[in-house]
Amino acid sequence: MSGTWIEVCRTDEIDEKDVLGFECRGEKYAIYNTASGFYATAGVCTHEAADLSMGLVIDDIIECPMHQGRFHIPTGKAKSAPACVDLKTYAVKIEDGMVLIELPDGTFAESTA
Amino acid sequence: MPSFERRDYSLSGGVADAVALDGERIERRVEERWWSPEIPRATLKKLTRRGDREAWWNFAPWLLLLGASGLIAALSWNSWWAVPAFFVYGTIYSSSDARWHECGHGTPFRTRWVNELFYHLCSFMTLREGYLWRWSHARHHTYTLMVGRDSEIDIQRPANLPGIIADFLYLRGGPSELARIVRHAFGVLDGDVRDFVPEGERAKMIWSSRVYVAIIAGVGVWSLAIESFLPMMFVATPRFYGGWLHHLLAMTQHAGLAENVADHRLNSRTVTINPVFRFLYLNMNYHVEHHVFPMVPFHALPKLHEEIGDRTPPAYDGLWAVYRELIPVLIRQARTDPDHYIRRALPETAAV
Ligand code: FES
Repeated sequence: MSGTWIEVCRTDEIDEKDVLGFECRGEKYAIYNTASGFYATAGVCTHEAADLSMGLVIDDIIECPMHQGRFHIPTGKAKSAPACVDLKTYAVKIEDGMVLIELPDGTFAESTA
Repeated sequence: MPSFERRDYSLSGGVADAVALDGERIERRVEERWWSPEIPRATLKKLTRRGDREAWWNFAPWLLLLGASGLIAALSWNSWWAVPAFFVYGTIYSSSDARWHECGHGTPFRTRWVNELFYHLCSFMTLREGYLWRWSHARHHTYTLMVGRDSEIDIQRPANLPGIIADFLYLRGGPSELARIVRHAFGVLDGDVRDFVPEGERAKMIWSSRVYVAIIAGVGVWSLAIESFLPMMFVATPRFYGGWLHHLLAMTQHAGLAENVADHRLNSRTVTINPVFRFLYLNMNYHVEHHVFPMVPFHALPKLHEEIGDRTPPAYDGLWAVYRELIPVLIRQARTDPDHYIRRALPETAAV
């Protein structure tokens, strides 16, 4: 699937083992800096839409701040109730010290319509 | 005493004044409506940090005390010493309720399987079937004290005074919880449970209920076989005869406070209590703090209190300070004014 690469932040703007919220065209995303690298997922929990950028990164898990549901960051897989539906994930790359995420082209078509 | 029409606290009852829901019976982004204080990210990260050590410092002595008090109680059976011995054992056993709660949030132990092990053990001990109550408690945090949405409003209006008193021996909540476990073991679910337990999770809940019933029935049969109630004194029944302290502490969480407000400072209480009670209750006396940041583990709640205490109403100074205010309010609700409640004043600095 083709997409558009969007610059999010400098790599040093996200602490190790932490998450940063990012908003683009009304959609929330969560960008993670983990021991195994940078990742990006949808920014709101699939349970009741809590803001995951307020959550807690434990190794490669993001714990939701609202009810402590858990997701595997690299795959978005829901790991424990009440999180049961997987998170969308997005490709990430680092260029010149910047974190970029790839958003599907549809994101823009829809939001500008 | 006049009797007032009871409010409909059921989740499936279509309460007129409850918050509006969308098609999935959830108000999306409900979390954004709740008051939340600003707190530096670095501070919050420090407070939410997970480790096993702090949890073991509480859970290991608790297990030891449980075992030791149980042994003394068993040895004192058939003497009058059994009365104080089982009183102590039952009180320590009923601290499982606070542990069920904390492990349900997944916050005490960093090691997930240890957390889950204690979660299911303590769920059984306190007679809150684990799968059901995980969903129920999530709902409680989304809609704390919102009538028709929160499945855990224990003290409803008008206050049921005999029921509240009976619950010092868990005689109001306990039998209905046991009956629900039995119903679920047979696959019979009521409307409220269907409302908050998703379909995909119900099979686990039903099988877990069957395990609960099998264990309790097994111990019952053992008691009958040896013609002694002693085995039953160690399983399920301690939550009744030893439940007084948990009820005394848990009542302070929300009883008599405002319903249908999106501010935990108005519908929850923080109260200072002695270190022994805090040990057994896992610091849940910091209840405003717990609701505002539920991902902060029990051992960090006093520090969180220091951090946001200037933006919350003052903590009650001891249990007596709570009950001195609460008892007249509950009596007034029951006798003359079911809409009466305690209005907490917010501090001047409460803007953020
Ligand atoms: S909103 Fe994330 S687990 Fe409930």
